[in-house]
Amino acid sequence: MEKLNYRHVAASRAKGEKHQAVVGVVASGNLEVLVERSLPERECEVDIRTAAEGFGEVWQAVVADFVERRSPGGLKFSINDGGARPDMVALRLAQAARAVEGEQV
Amino acid sequence: MTVWDSARRAREARLQAGARYAQGKRVERKDATALLEAVMQPGDRVCLEGDNQKQADLLAQALAAVDPGKIHDLHMVQSGVVLPEHLDVFELGIAKRLDYAYSGPQSQRIAKLLFGGKIELGAVHTYLELFARYYVDLTPQVALIAAVSADRDGNLYTGPNTEDTPAIVEATAFKDGVVIAQVNQIVDKLPRVDIPGDWVNFVIESDKPFYVEPLFTRDPAAITETQILTAMLAIKGIYGPYGVQRLNHGIGFNTAAIELLLPTYGERLGLKGKVATHWALNPHPTLIPAIESGWVKQIHSFGSEVGMDDYIRARSDVYFTGPDGSLRSNRAFSQVAGLYACDMFIGSTLQIDLQGNSSTVTADRVAGFGGAPNMGSDARGRRHPSAPWLQAGKEADPDGPAPLRRGRKLVVQIGETFGDKNVPMFVENLDALKLAEKLNLELAPVMVYSDDVTHIVTEEGIANLLLCRDKDEREQAIRGVAGYTDVGRGRDAKMVQRLRERGIIRRPEDLGIDPLDADRRMLAARSIKDLVRWSGGLYDPPSKFRNW
Repeated sequence: MEKLNYRHVAASRAKGEKHQAVVGVVASGNLEVLVERSLPERECEVDIRTAAEGFGEVWQAVVADFVERRSPGGLKFSINDGGARPDMVALRLAQAARAVEGEQV
Repeated sequence: MTVWDSARRAREARLQAGARYAQGKRVERKDATALLEAVMQPGDRVCLEGDNQKQADLLAQALAAVDPGKIHDLHMVQSGVVLPEHLDVFELGIAKRLDYAYSGPQSQRIAKLLFGGKIELGAVHTYLELFARYYVDLTPQVALIAAVSADRDGNLYTGPNTEDTPAIVEATAFKDGVVIAQVNQIVDKLPRVDIPGDWVNFVIESDKPFYVEPLFTRDPAAITETQILTAMLAIKGIYGPYGVQRLNHGIGFNTAAIELLLPTYGERLGLKGKVATHWALNPHPTLIPAIESGWVKQIHSFGSEVGMDDYIRARSDVYFTGPDGSLRSNRAFSQVAGLYACDMFIGSTLQIDLQGNSSTVTADRVAGFGGAPNMGSDARGRRHPSAPWLQAGKEADPDGPAPLRRGRKLVVQIGETFGDKNVPMFVENLDALKLAEKLNLELAPVMVYSDDVTHIVTEEGIANLLLCRDKDEREQAIRGVAGYTDVGRGRDAKMVQRLRERGIIRRPEDLGIDPLDADRRMLAARSIKDLVRWSGGLYDPPSKFRNW
């Protein structure tokens, strides 16, 4: 089990007022993302517990792109990863942001 | 005095030696190995029928049981290395040299035998190429084939899984070879004649039907959102704009997703009747919803697919069927159709390098290619125009004079940036190169060459390689859709941005696609059971795909 944590400054605050949401499942090749609106407006934090070790650089790149594309200011993401591939991680992060912004997943 | 019919005389001698085990053409199952020992000679070229689908399994077992003291150093020239017996014959010293096209399930063991020097490898071919060599320099002295039924005269009904049989038998029978068939049963009257009896020398009735692998069945339940996204990109970014009507799909979940999105997403884009109407394709169960929705006009098949026979029989407007109503497949002709009469091949691969060469050979697996290198290549002998072919040709050479400009086949590689177990699809160097070095091969086993591939589709977008003007642009276009792989993260961000502005790279958002819309609810069928329902109960899936 590897623990990773990334903090970013987002361009703007995430839309909506919803306090939290969960997407995905903890399963092999999948991941669960809990998103909470608990940080100051421009801050974003992604906290990861992953079964697959040694992919820190990839996580860092996926998270940085996500923050740039979705601008999830004020959101803290907690990830339980079952060895998902980066494309799945990017998708679940985007789904989590959309869920807390109030749209249907 | 020169003898001009030595091979014919040799065949007569072989047939006479075999005749002591036969009544007419019929040989008892228990005498199968003795028959082979009687008609074969050490060093013979032997075609043991078997490809990625049907298998002459009884004859494979019989061959693996011959005495290596009598029969040895055989040169196997066969489409597929699939059954354990196909490699047992090498371990036992019965066979020595191998020329083949495909090895799925045995890819690991074949690698070990190659490394251990037990197999002398000729080449890894594409199917059509191997068939071609049956008529030039790899003509079999003995062919061991499989059919559904035979009559007393040796006429054969090969049925829906005719596949390679006609190509093998024609080359063998008309060049003084011996043809031995295993059949599921011997009957008085055949449903139809697929192989005339005077091309067949011996017939053995098997105790069970020849094995057929359901290789082209993909369970919709296993299709991921990322695969759906790649399918949406392909439909909206390639099928639509080029107007691809005549095509072949490779095996895989990405192309299965495309098939299942045609009646939903494709319909919404208004593409019905404009794309994907004429196919060189096996009877993919995942195409049933598109067929039932009226998308598909015609399909010619390389082989059949387990469980599809009743459905095919009831849809003869779509499939090629005989007077008896059942499918007639023919791998050689379908490969020719895929090469010359299709405007697009789209399929998956395991590795793509920085120039776009791709291969399914990895460090410890020598999988072979089957038909992909043939379907996935530009036919330089093609002379008839079509809109997608001309369009692709124009993109590759915008300044050339139109009447003298070759068109181009669209050769599309589709996949996720990371495959199973997080293994990247994009690599600096193909494992095929390492293999070639290790085995001292003159040619690395490349599936699709860089100068044939026109587009690469991943969840990151579409790279249109036709529009690249030099090696650097090509490399950055590939890196640009390679996502978070090492190759992808090694991209030049500024150059990739410029390629995007020129439409060489198109991201989902450039095509108006929101990745969050890639949802399993878009699939026309989300399970095997849904496919059965779409078929009106005519599709009868093999038990391993039934979970109800």
